[in-house]
Amino acid sequence: MEKLVPYLSYPFVQYALVVGVLIALCSALLGVTLVLRRMSFLGDGLSHAAFGAMSLAAVLNLTDDMLLVLPLTVLCAIVLLCGGEKWNLQGDAAIAMVSVSSLAIGYLLMNLFSSSVNLSGDVCTTLFGSTSILTLRTSEVWLCVGLSAAVVALFVLCYHKIFAVTFDETFAQATGMKVKVYRMVLAVVIGVVIVLAMNLVGSLLISALIVFPALSAMRVMRSFRGVVIGAAVLSVVCALAGILISVVVGTPVGSTVVVANLAVFALMSVVGGVKG
Amino acid sequence: MALLQCENVALGYQKTVLVEGLNLEVHRGDYLCVIGDNGVGKSTFVRTLLGLQPALAGRITLGEGLRPQDLGYLPQQTVVQRDFPATVEEIVRSGCVSRMGWRPTLSKAERARVGENLERMGVAHLSKRSYRTLSGGQQQRVRLARALCAADTLLLLDEPVAGLDPEGTAEMYQIIDRLNHEDGMTILMVSHDLEGVRAYATHILRMGREPRFYAVEPRKEGDV
Ligand SMILES: Nc1ncnc2c1ncn2[C@@H]1O[C@H](COP(=O)(O)OP(=O)(O)OP(=O)(O)O)[C@@H](O)[C@H]1O
Ligand SMILES: [Mg+2]
Repeated sequence: MEKLVPYLSYPFVQYALVVGVLIALCSALLGVTLVLRRMSFLGDGLSHAAFGAMSLAAVLNLTDDMLLVLPLTVLCAIVLLCGGEKWNLQGDAAIAMVSVSSLAIGYLLMNLFSSSVNLSGDVCTTLFGSTSILTLRTSEVWLCVGLSAAVVALFVLCYHKIFAVTFDETFAQATGMKVKVYRMVLAVVIGVVIVLAMNLVGSLLISALIVFPALSAMRVMRSFRGVVIGAAVLSVVCALAGILISVVVGTPVGSTVVVANLAVFALMSVVGGVKG
Repeated sequence: MALLQCENVALGYQKTVLVEGLNLEVHRGDYLCVIGDNGVGKSTFVRTLLGLQPALAGRITLGEGLRPQDLGYLPQQTVVQRDFPATVEEIVRSGCVSRMGWRPTLSKAERARVGENLERMGVAHLSKRSYRTLSGGQQQRVRLARALCAADTLLLLDEPVAGLDPEGTAEMYQIIDRLNHEDGMTILMVSHDLEGVRAYATHILRMGREPRFYAVEPRKEGDV
């Protein structure tokens, strides 16, 4: 504890905590619908797409790579979520395809065109997000605050509709809901959250942020509301703990957060088992 | 005027025509059963009536000011639903989403409607229970309660007794029969259970490439 207090006065630690908590919150909320719709790997596929886009931005020497990465990732999300029927893509296979091809193209681009001396270091940073959360600019923090507020507001306002499409899309559509519009909105939100989350844990570990909180909450909760709230709380706690531990002990932020999530999942499994 | 009328309707998907020349009329209080082999297009018929996919030809008209979203629908159970973490009440409430429009929460009247339908399907005592811990028959009644929250004139049921044991099947038939006789709801049911069809249907649609629609002779007392 004593060791922790001085760290908390550094702005970069404060920023990291704020952004980490917000990203954890958003990804947990999204994770619940994704896991229940059997689309857990969507996050993984999209994060690899974002990696490809980042390499492209690096090669093009863009000053603000977000301008390229965000639209490209959102586009991939829309194709994967809404294009299934139109182009006859099979859900998980399409995700795998996008995932590996963007990873390959990204690495290829970096190899061919990058002027950096430390290529594998760069790639490693993007994949595991080793330090980017500790080097955030104020503008990035505000962007993150704004987008998270939008995601949370969307969830609160459309809670019943999100439940309806998650539980039974056909029924929701039959009662007159614009299911396609909801899918589109979901795709955009997921794309945005993925790009933000790359700052926290890097591209390879994003799935953990999406999948673990929902799975842990599902171990002990029996209502949908309980699962949503539980996932949000667990995810935030894990992100806080993970970031603080990594700052003090000096471990990589992303992997520490993910291991914290894994520990909580194990704990919840035991609790769920005892409860019956 | 008929509640539902199909004139020379063709059903299917872009390239495949499954059913042609379908003509039928459903009136208030009818109990129509749709029978036919696997894959002839029974579910496709139901989906077309609901406006989830277009008819390839012909005309479908709804009477009495009904819109496609006013029809109650009990779809076949999906894999996702079997272990979904939600309470019975949450699921029945989701039948109200279309009434809610842009409102983020349920109104008092909608809550009352949810309670009423839980009561009507005999699952009110389970309202806080988790859906995944219920028996198949109970799950089916919960999903029927949800459909009733969305509609009160015409119910479309897609194989409501599939996978139920004899006891659950009998119970389901009783509930549907009560909705038909006491609450005056019109029933359109897809079924493979010919015994149940013979016992309850007032009209039968034998689905096929050339569908056949006919009224059942009224049963005499003492008939089986
Ligand atoms: N999205 C689709 N695109 C193209 N063809 C489809 C699609 N969905 C179903 N079909 C085909 O349409 C046919 C009819 O399907 P449908 O589900 O209506 O059958 P069904 O009569 O309900 O059968 P069951 O008794 O097995 O439920 C099937 O041969 C099926 O392969
Ligand atoms: Mg069917």
